[in-house]
Amino acid sequence: MKHPLPLIWRMIPEKYYLMGSHCATCKNDFFPFRQICPNCRRLGKVSEKRMPTTGTVYSFTEVSAPPSGFEFEVPYPLAIIELDNKVKILAQIIDAPMEKIRIGSRVQMRFRRVGDDDEESAISYGYKFALIEDAASSAKTDKPAKTPKPTVSKG
Amino acid sequence: MRSVSIIGGGLSKFGERWDKSFRDLVVEAGTAAVIDAGIEGREIQAIYGGCMSSGRLVGQEHVGALFADFLGLNPIPATRCEAACASGGVALRAGYLAVASGMYDVVAVGGVEKMTDFDSADVAIALGGAGDMEHELFFGATFPALYALMARRHMLEYGTTEEMMASCSVKNHKNAVHNPYAQYHNEITIEDVMNSGYIASPLKLLDCSPITDGAAAVILCASEKAKKFRKDPVEIIASSQASDTISLSNRHCMTELHATKVAAADAYRRANLKPSDIDVAEVHDCFSIAEIMAIEDLGFFDKGKGGPASLEGLTALNSEISINTSGGLKATGHPVGATGIKQAVEIMWQLQGKADKRQVKDAEIGMTHNVGGSGATAVVNIYKRL
Ligand SMILES: [Zn+2]
Repeated sequence: MKHPLPLIWRMIPEKYYLMGSHCATCKNDFFPFRQICPNCRRLGKVSEKRMPTTGTVYSFTEVSAPPSGFEFEVPYPLAIIELDNKVKILAQIIDAPMEKIRIGSRVQMRFRRVGDDDEESAISYGYKFALIEDAASSAKTDKPAKTPKPTVSKG
Repeated sequence: MRSVSIIGGGLSKFGERWDKSFRDLVVEAGTAAVIDAGIEGREIQAIYGGCMSSGRLVGQEHVGALFADFLGLNPIPATRCEAACASGGVALRAGYLAVASGMYDVVAVGGVEKMTDFDSADVAIALGGAGDMEHELFFGATFPALYALMARRHMLEYGTTEEMMASCSVKNHKNAVHNPYAQYHNEITIEDVMNSGYIASPLKLLDCSPITDGAAAVILCASEKAKKFRKDPVEIIASSQASDTISLSNRHCMTELHATKVAAADAYRRANLKPSDIDVAEVHDCFSIAEIMAIEDLGFFDKGKGGPASLEGLTALNSEISINTSGGLKATGHPVGATGIKQAVEIMWQLQGKADKRQVKDAEIGMTHNVGGSGATAVVNIYKRL
C-alpha cells in the first residue's frame, strides 16, 4: 500500500515513539493520540504522552491472507498488546515462531520497516513488538525508550 | 414519528456476476423491489443508497445520483450512505427516518457492492478501510485478522472452540441451499471448515464470508398508506443504531460488540419486546465468531453460551431461534453495501410466509442486525406484519 510522504512524516511521533495522549482530569492514557478525552470532553486536559514500550500479549493471530503490500511477509503474527499502562495497541510480533506466542507473553517495542511499499514511494517505519524473557528483564526497560535509531531491518 | 412499513423488496442474484456491472446490479434489485411493491416510479419521492467501496473498487463515486439515474427516477433527491459493511443498514435507517419524520410517504432504499472483478489483496485493502487505516491496516491487519483477535479472546474467556465456530458456517450453508439468490448452494461439514486452511488463525477460509457481487432494495411507505399498495406490508417497529471506537484495540471488551448491545437495547425498548419474542433473525456473520458474538449480544443466549448453542443446533431453522435463514453473509454472500438491505428482504419474506423451504413456522417477529467494520457501527431493526 502506498503511503503519501506527508502522512508518513505526520505520523513520526506516533509510529516512532508511541506518542499518545494523557488526560490530566481523568488520569487516563490514550493511543493513538486523541485531542478530545472521550471521558471528560471539554473538561479534559489533554497533553502528549509517550506510551510505555513494554506490555503483554492480549490476543494474537497469524495472518495468512495479506492485504496488498504484505504479500512477501506472510504468514506474519499480529497481536493486540496491552501496554504496561493498560492501553491496548495493535502491532506485529517479530522474530518469534508462532508456537512461542501466548496470551500473556511479555513483549517490548522494536522499530522496524512496515509493509513493502513500491519502489517509488517513501519507506514506512513504525513499531513492532518482540517477545522478551520475563518480568525481571522487562522491569529494567519499562521506561519510555530513548529516541530509537531508524535501523532498517525488515521484520 | 410515523410508523413505517416495507411494501416491497427485491434482490439481485448474489455471487460472481462477471456479466453484470455495478449499475446493472442496482437495476436488477431495484426493479424487483418496485415490481414487488406494485408501485409506479413516479410515486417514489426519494432514494437512499448504501455502498461502501465503489470508489476504491470500481472507481465510481456519487452513486446516489447514479442509482436515481439508472432506475429512471431523476430528479428526486438521491443520497449515498456509507458505514462500511453496515452501509445498507444505515441507508435503510435513513429512509426509515425520512418517512417516519413525515417528509416523504414513499422512498426507495438500495444497497450494492461490486467486488469480484478485483484481486483479493486489493479487496482486503478496500475492506481494511472499515477499520482504522492508520493503526490497523497500516500494520497489515486484515478484517479476518481483527475478528481472529476477537475469536482468540472468546476462546480464552469462554472456552469457545473452532468446531463451535465452524458449526455456524455449516448451518448457514444448509439454509442457503433453499435460497435461490444465494452465492452457494452446497452443504458443508464441520470437517470441511476445519480443513479449509487458515486465513488468520483461528479463522479458516470457511469461517469467512466470501467476496460477492450483489444488490438489494426495499420500498418504504408510511404505514397509514401501506395497505393501498399491498395486503401484507411488514412494519419496521424499531430501528436503532450505535457507534463504537473505529479501532478494535481501543475497546474495553473484545468478546462482544458494544455497539450491537447498545442498538439492541434501544430497539427492544422502542418495540417493547424482549429477545425471546424474536422468531427469526438475520445477524451479521461476516465471520463465524461474529455470529456467535451476535446471538449473545442480541440477548438470544447468555454471554459465552453462543458457541455451545450453535454446535447444539439451537440456531438452526425452526429450532429455538432461527438465525440466518437466508444463509447469512457466509453462504448468501456479502456484497458489503447490499447486506443490510438483503437482511430486511429476507425478514420481509419470512413474515409474509414466502420463504419457501427455509420458512420459519408462524414467524411473527423478525430482526436484522448489520455491523460496520469490527463493530464501530451497528444497526438493529425489529419487524412485524402490519
Ligand atoms: Zn479525561
